Amino acid sequence: MQTRSNFAAQQSINKRNSIFLIGAVTLLLAALGFTIGYGTTGAVEGAYGVTAGAIVLAMLLSVGSYFAGDKLVLGASGAKEVTQQVAPQLMNVVQEISLAAGTPMPKVYIIDDTAPNAFATGRDPKHASIAITTGLLQKLDREELQGVIAHELGHVRNFDIRFALLVAVLVGSIALLADFFLRFTFWGGGRRGGRDRDGGGGGLAAILFIVAIVLAVVAPIVARLVQLAVSRQREYLADATSVELTRNPRGLERALAKIAGDREVLEAANRATQHLYFTNPIKKFEERSTSMFSTHPAIVDRINRLRQLTGEPPLVASDVRALAGLD
Amino acid sequence: MELVILLVVVGVILAVVIGIYNGLVTRRNRIDEALAQIQVQLKRRHDLIPNLVNAVKGYMQFEQKVLTDVTNARAAAVSAGAQGVAAQAQAENMLTSTLRSLFAVVENYPDLKANQNVLSLQEELTTTENQISFSRQHYNASVLDYNNSLQVFPNVLLAGPLGFIKREFFEAEPEAANVPQVDLSLS
Repeated sequence: MQTRSNFAAQQSINKRNSIFLIGAVTLLLAALGFTIGYGTTGAVEGAYGVTAGAIVLAMLLSVGSYFAGDKLVLGASGAKEVTQQVAPQLMNVVQEISLAAGTPMPKVYIIDDTAPNAFATGRDPKHASIAITTGLLQKLDREELQGVIAHELGHVRNFDIRFALLVAVLVGSIALLADFFLRFTFWGGGRRGGRDRDGGGGGLAAILFIVAIVLAVVAPIVARLVQLAVSRQREYLADATSVELTRNPRGLERALAKIAGDREVLEAANRATQHLYFTNPIKKFEERSTSMFSTHPAIVDRINRLRQLTGEPPLVASDVRALAGLD
Repeated sequence: MELVILLVVVGVILAVVIGIYNGLVTRRNRIDEALAQIQVQLKRRHDLIPNLVNAVKGYMQFEQKVLTDVTNARAAAVSAGAQGVAAQAQAENMLTSTLRSLFAVVENYPDLKANQNVLSLQEELTTTENQISFSRQHYNASVLDYNNSLQVFPNVLLAGPLGFIKREFFEAEPEAANVPQVDLSLS
């Protein structure tokens, strides 16, 4: 039995979950830094230094993608910017949603591909771009297009691109730290923890050293899973924001159903860019995406969350094609 | 020592008050911007309508009443702009319903429906109607945000003394809930 909810409640839940997940990753980074630092040097200052160093390095690596990332992604996907003359209805829809969101009009791009999909990029609403495939423009009607554009602008307005970068910095720091530590310990012939040291902290340092090794193996995997969970939360949040902007869950629902029924593979997408798209463009991931390993929630789950907003009963996967009118 | 503590406390209170004041000012300005944006969209619609009427006039010899209704409603809406928000909203809603009647009638003319000019004007008017309603929606969202900021604790203690008052939502007219009647007779 579905309970009726509203988009604001869904948004609060998603935001709370995102913060919780980011907190978990931060704690993981702190634990890793602390155990490595203390375990190798026997002193707390070592822990601070090591953790800070890893964060700074990960930030340096991410800064480039913060400022130039959107151009790289747009270039890699073969997107071409469009004007009012070329695509009047698309530009009108983007203008409508920008007004609803109170944000400036983003740059609009079209990707020549029959697979229906879309993505948004840009570090804040003033520097945003949206790209749509020709496949999507052909398959969706005006109401459905509004829903999809509102989802993408929702990502921009919620600063999801910046948020994803924050998570990537944390996860990157964990991976770097774990990697350096394991190499240094097992191949660099480095200190074997507290056993070499005289004086205080010897026993504790040895224990922490062992904990550090365990964490160094496990933490990167856990961090990656958390990163995927965060990505899924932000997708749900963008769906709820789409409803906030259009006040119409049905357009987005039908768009999702239409895209679910489509078997085409988006040629320009790959594992590095899959998280940016409206639905997971790598089809085999989509089919088993109720798992922890996907950047996007399963389309059926997204549709059912939208149905919670209208009070309609939830669907099972086999209903989805019927909903899109594809049968 | 007590002096230092006192200064710190005063400093913190001052920072909080400034923060609250700035937040309220920003939100109030956003409402005014949203209001101006609505006016922009309404004007855009006024400007589009003469083109639409000209495009369909030649095809619709029997539907003069619908066309004159639209033209008159547009003129009324333009002049209502100077008469305040309530009068303007009423006139604009009247214009919306005459436009709906016009589009309902166009459905009966296959030549007209396929005409490229008319199609692109129809898209322009559809998007203009949407933009007007989204502008109003954004205005309401801004008013909600501002009113919330006014009324939560501790802002509520400062709002009155600092000169901030509650703003009203844009509400649809009761008449807007009625479906417009379309007269398809050949009169």
